Amino acid sequence: MAKRESTFINMVVTLFAVTFIASATLGGIYELTKEPIAKAKLEKKLKAIQLVVPEFDNDPNSEMYTIKTENDDMPLEVYPAKKGDKLVGVAVKSYTMKGYSGLIQLMVGFKPDGTINKISVLQHAETPGLGTKMTDASFKDQFYGKNPADFNLEVKKDGGDVDAITAATISSRAFCDAVKRAYDQYMKGGKK
Amino acid sequence: MNQKQNFTKGFIKDNAVFVMLLGLCPTLAVTSSAVNGLGMGLATTFVLVMANIVVALVKNLIPEKVRIPSFIVIIASFVTIVDLTMAGFLPSLHEALGIFIPLIVVNCLVLGRAEAFASKNNIVSSIVDGLGMGLGFAFALTLLGAVRELLGAGSVFGLSIPIFPTTEDGAPITMLLFVLAPGAFIALGYLIAIINRFKKS
Repeated sequence: MAKRESTFINMVVTLFAVTFIASATLGGIYELTKEPIAKAKLEKKLKAIQLVVPEFDNDPNSEMYTIKTENDDMPLEVYPAKKGDKLVGVAVKSYTMKGYSGLIQLMVGFKPDGTINKISVLQHAETPGLGTKMTDASFKDQFYGKNPADFNLEVKKDGGDVDAITAATISSRAFCDAVKRAYDQYMKGGKK
Repeated sequence: MNQKQNFTKGFIKDNAVFVMLLGLCPTLAVTSSAVNGLGMGLATTFVLVMANIVVALVKNLIPEKVRIPSFIVIIASFVTIVDLTMAGFLPSLHEALGIFIPLIVVNCLVLGRAEAFASKNNIVSSIVDGLGMGLGFAFALTLLGAVRELLGAGSVFGLSIPIFPTTEDGAPITMLLFVLAPGAFIALGYLIAIINRFKKS
């Protein structure tokens, strides 16, 4: 079979056909993968919530509400965890833009009185081997069981109570900033 | 050239990374660990084989002057398919590779093979070429990832290999530089030098 000639009409028809087939295929694939992708995302979120709050038996995802922050595009998401009808804790999805590589997202679990229960890092782009240590227990554990009312959420260098990660002060500050944002906003008016 | 040569040329003789120096952007960026390198390499192999098949099939239908945009659309479609499928079924790998999956589109290796090989050869040779080149690319990425992970984090595929002295609390003292961007250039440079040495002798 000889190659088709590069006449104007041939080129237009070919490009149209190629793009048409490609977009139709992608539309189909998108429909097929939409559900698994949504499911994977939801599972990841639920897992993060389970990690940071005490045992619960409700569906925190369906009772989620948001708190407005100074940045209108990024409200904090609050997931209440209940056992029976009693509130046992809340998971607050918080963020900071102060990371060494920008955005860091945390899931911070509070007990109803505002004490930090556990923290899980959802997303970050910190330097491997330095800033990434914020996901390690050795750093995160110092927050557990502390109430920010009498635990100053700043690194020791800035006069606070938090031991910064060696060689990753910026990441440590950012982490504190995200936790503080979660606590402040939740205490200020996020309680329901 | 028989099919066996056609397949094996991608590993050493015409290796995309070590010899042709194609696709260095994903090569340098994702190889901070062996697993990431392997994942990226296999994803690229899939795209390469599929794109080669389609290009070999339609090569006579596409007029000479619009072949590049047509090939790009074909490649981009397969990349999007990989991206969506991975996000749905392998979310953790998808997260680790992040932005570099969409970037397979602009990997010169894929377009290069479509243009230089698949558009001039039959479908069987194109599949073999895609597999060989893709697996050669995966091999290069995994090797680079393994070297960097070993020197930078003291492990390979997540298994720790005790070649470094440890501190009092048991953490190995490693050359962190190799996990970071400059280490990618240094490690790749030495690997290319070693491979060239073997090719000469």
